[in-house]
Amino acid sequence: MPEAPAVARGRKFRGSVFIDWDRCKGCGFCIEFCPPKVLQFSDKFNTHGYHPPHLANEAACTGCDLCGLYCPDFAIFGVRIPLETEKTEADPAKS
Amino acid sequence: MSTAVASERPVNPVEPFLRTDRMPHIWCPGCGIGTTVNCFARALVESKQPLDKVAIVSGIGCTGRVAGYVKLDSFHTTHGRAIPFATGLKLANPGLSVVVYSGDGDLIAIGGNHFIHAARRNADIKVICVNNFIYGMTGGQVAPTTPVGATATTSPYGSYERPFNLPYLAESSGAVYVARWTAFHVRHIAHSMAEAFSKKGFCFIEIIAPCPTLYQRRNRLGDGLDTMKLYKQRSVIKNGASTRDLDVGLQGEIVVGKFVDIERPTLQQNMEQQLRQTLKDRFAGLGGA
Repeated sequence: MPEAPAVARGRKFRGSVFIDWDRCKGCGFCIEFCPPKVLQFSDKFNTHGYHPPHLANEAACTGCDLCGLYCPDFAIFGVRIPLETEKTEADPAKS
Repeated sequence: MSTAVASERPVNPVEPFLRTDRMPHIWCPGCGIGTTVNCFARALVESKQPLDKVAIVSGIGCTGRVAGYVKLDSFHTTHGRAIPFATGLKLANPGLSVVVYSGDGDLIAIGGNHFIHAARRNADIKVICVNNFIYGMTGGQVAPTTPVGATATTSPYGSYERPFNLPYLAESSGAVYVARWTAFHVRHIAHSMAEAFSKKGFCFIEIIAPCPTLYQRRNRLGDGLDTMKLYKQRSVIKNGASTRDLDVGLQGEIVVGKFVDIERPTLQQNMEQQLRQTLKDRFAGLGGA
């Protein structure tokens, strides 16, 4: 398993994906073309009998949203969630 | 499940562009059309188009369903007649950005005549052609883009007809912007579409996409994912290449890139100029929003 780049490179966000479980048709585009290869097929079935992906290595996800760009069923997308440290720094500046 | 659980779930960036009540769509698992719709949504964001000024016109076919799934002003025309409808729409309402989103069978076979004449007249429309080398919705018959040797329901011993080279057809008919990508090149497609939005005149973007159910299965090319991997290996980016050499075979390389980007007066500009010249004071302008 690769190291967690979000922490290692001092990023101010962590990447994650959101999956619309029942919209997925299990084509595997997101799993194949994910640059850090953080997605894997899930063991479970969705209501249509496909195996949607799941985030197997969350620490390595960069939230680049390339999975969202490839997904033909609009069932997955990547997000970048600001880390807590950034929030505490940013909050006083806002007020 | 190790999927992140946030206090409020963010919205998929494509969602505002979709009629979500019509999901899930009819496209097969591994079909590339949905991927191109993603790119289209990204292109709309990138080009900062006001969404109430974008109209999308589709013909019949798998790709023709795009007009029904995208939350824009859209029209699902009769077979092959997307381009004439779009030309009229643009002339009647010049303020609109008119996009024709259809498949190779609809645009090049049934609507082939409209395609070449809209390009010749340089109608100000953006044509996105998703080319899967076959008539998908009707059951996998030979299309004008089916490569020589490919098996289809109407060519059980292999197709023996020379297919169209679409970028060459578009350029020689007079298109001002011609590009070709495969469904693998998502960022390039989004960029190309955004570029076409900023151009005036007949823009043509061919997107080669897998049809796992009919074309890939009958030709033993694997499923949608295998085809996408194959596109990654087979495609060569040659921007500005001569469109004459862009034939796609059953095997061998697929040349992709932006081939033509020129300026030419559009149908509307020519019309206005001619009418103004002839009618002089009697010309009241073309009107429209």
